[in-house]
Amino acid sequence: MTERQKAWKYIFARYDLYLMLLLPLAWYAVFQYGPMYGLQIAFRDFNPAFGFLGSEWVGFENFERFFSSYYFGRLLWNTFLISVLSLLIAFPIPIVLALLINEIRNTTLKKTLQNVTYMPHFISVVVIVGMLDLFLNPDGGFINIILGSFGIEPIPFMEKPEWFKTLFISSNIWQSMGWQSIIYVASLAGIDPQLYEAAKMDGASRLQRIIHVSLPGIFPVIIIMLILDIGQFMNVGFEKILLMQNNLNLESSDVIQTFVYRNGILNGDYSYSAAIGLFNSLINFFLLILINRYARKKAETSLW
Amino acid sequence: MQRSLKISDGKLFDVIITLISAVIIIIVLYPLIIVVSASFSDPARVMNGEMWLWPVGFTLDAYTEIFKNSDIWIGYRNTIFYTVFGTVINIGLTTLAAYPLSRRDLPGRNVFMFLITFTMFFHGGLIPTYLVVQGLGMVDTIWAMVIPNAIATYNLIVMRTYFQTSIPWELQEAAMIDGCSNIKLLFKIILPLSKPIIAVMILFYAVGHWNAFFNALIYLREEGLYPLQLILREILLVNQLSGTEASGQFGMDEKLLLGQSIKYALVVVASIPVLIVYPFVQKHFVKGVMIGSIKG
Repeated sequence: MTERQKAWKYIFARYDLYLMLLLPLAWYAVFQYGPMYGLQIAFRDFNPAFGFLGSEWVGFENFERFFSSYYFGRLLWNTFLISVLSLLIAFPIPIVLALLINEIRNTTLKKTLQNVTYMPHFISVVVIVGMLDLFLNPDGGFINIILGSFGIEPIPFMEKPEWFKTLFISSNIWQSMGWQSIIYVASLAGIDPQLYEAAKMDGASRLQRIIHVSLPGIFPVIIIMLILDIGQFMNVGFEKILLMQNNLNLESSDVIQTFVYRNGILNGDYSYSAAIGLFNSLINFFLLILINRYARKKAETSLW
Repeated sequence: MQRSLKISDGKLFDVIITLISAVIIIIVLYPLIIVVSASFSDPARVMNGEMWLWPVGFTLDAYTEIFKNSDIWIGYRNTIFYTVFGTVINIGLTTLAAYPLSRRDLPGRNVFMFLITFTMFFHGGLIPTYLVVQGLGMVDTIWAMVIPNAIATYNLIVMRTYFQTSIPWELQEAAMIDGCSNIKLLFKIILPLSKPIIAVMILFYAVGHWNAFFNALIYLREEGLYPLQLILREILLVNQLSGTEASGQFGMDEKLLLGQSIKYALVVVASIPVLIVYPFVQKHFVKGVMIGSIKG
């Protein structure tokens, strides 16, 4: 038997494994790679009657239209600003929470804090936004009642563009800080206790031990989470933004993805919206590659 | 002297930590308690700011209105169906992919893994995906709710990692030498040993289905197919109290007030199934995240 025949025999002996893979791979082909193939409509004037290939090729026309449109600046600015603020404010909080949980000696308090902070993760975004709407209602929402007791006039928060980003990011923190802390808590548990002992012997206070033992111990995990976050930089939790959006806060809440939804799904402007979506995905993709390369060089941690 | 000073320094640290923890617990819990209390309270007194923690003027009016609303029942029924049916498909496909890909003796598995992992970092985006689903004739059918998200790549990788690290390879080899087929191996040996990870996957996927609204928003037009979250969105955010028979016994002002407390009650009704299950499954969830965090 030749080498080649041997190899085929080896593969054939596992035919049932390939059989199992058939359905999942077909799913990936249709629902992941199918849309990637469909992305070509970004360069075409898509007409459903002619299909992906039959529609007229227009090159970069859709992109040019987007870059020169008057809302381009606003969309890019909102997307960018919400992302950067989330990274600066919402990203470090789960890390701090995990360090806090790690320092609690009373098991009951520790468990309570963990269980309570994980809970909001399981509430749907629709409900979260509904709660925001109820609490911030100018007529009898509890935030406005509290403000009222200080003599402040009711504020229609959800309709004020200047409040949008604050509300979006702070409710995100409320909902997900606990859940996001799990991974840091887990990696803190993996730090060698001898390191803490040694630091204690050297006279390090608890705060110093956090800074010099705990933080460096979870640094690789922090980097991985940061890379993953930056890889989604331009997506900014748009399903929630879509729910919080209304005509009055649009100037501050409209991001690229919500625009793609409105223009593409609601108005049926497929090619143009696909081009905008592609622009968004490409920025994400290149940011991911850049940050991954940078992290591999500087922190010796990377996704691949 | 110095020693006692150090101990007291540690104690102060503990006190500060306890205080911060208490503040966080209150910040997270308070809004949840408010919602539940408001749903059982007299809406007029809630609006006056009389309620600050526990219900005032206990009433079940909001709940009786909700239970009269047929849209909500339909939404509930649809969501339960999508959750059960969708999760079965999720688990089936994820297992069928994770197991072969966990086998180190499978030729070509690195190519498959690359093709699968790549989709985590780049995808076609909303519009092309919509056109694919539409092209398959799934728009406005129950399939749109279960097929386009049939596999979550992250979960697939978690499951594969579990198969690789928690089930001894020697065990599989021994079974294969005894002439066990791969399918038999999966059902008789691998799956019985994988109950914890399957439980975690069921939980992840089921909560995902329960809380999902976006697929329904883009793929469904027929209101009879709407899941609970979409009905909630209409009532909570788009303000259409359609089909509510808040009639007769209530005047105009009372109706407006009742509308507010119905919203509170809706939030409770929609979240209760997940929050009831939560304490029982919380440990598994955490385990799932931790398994996922260990790269294979």
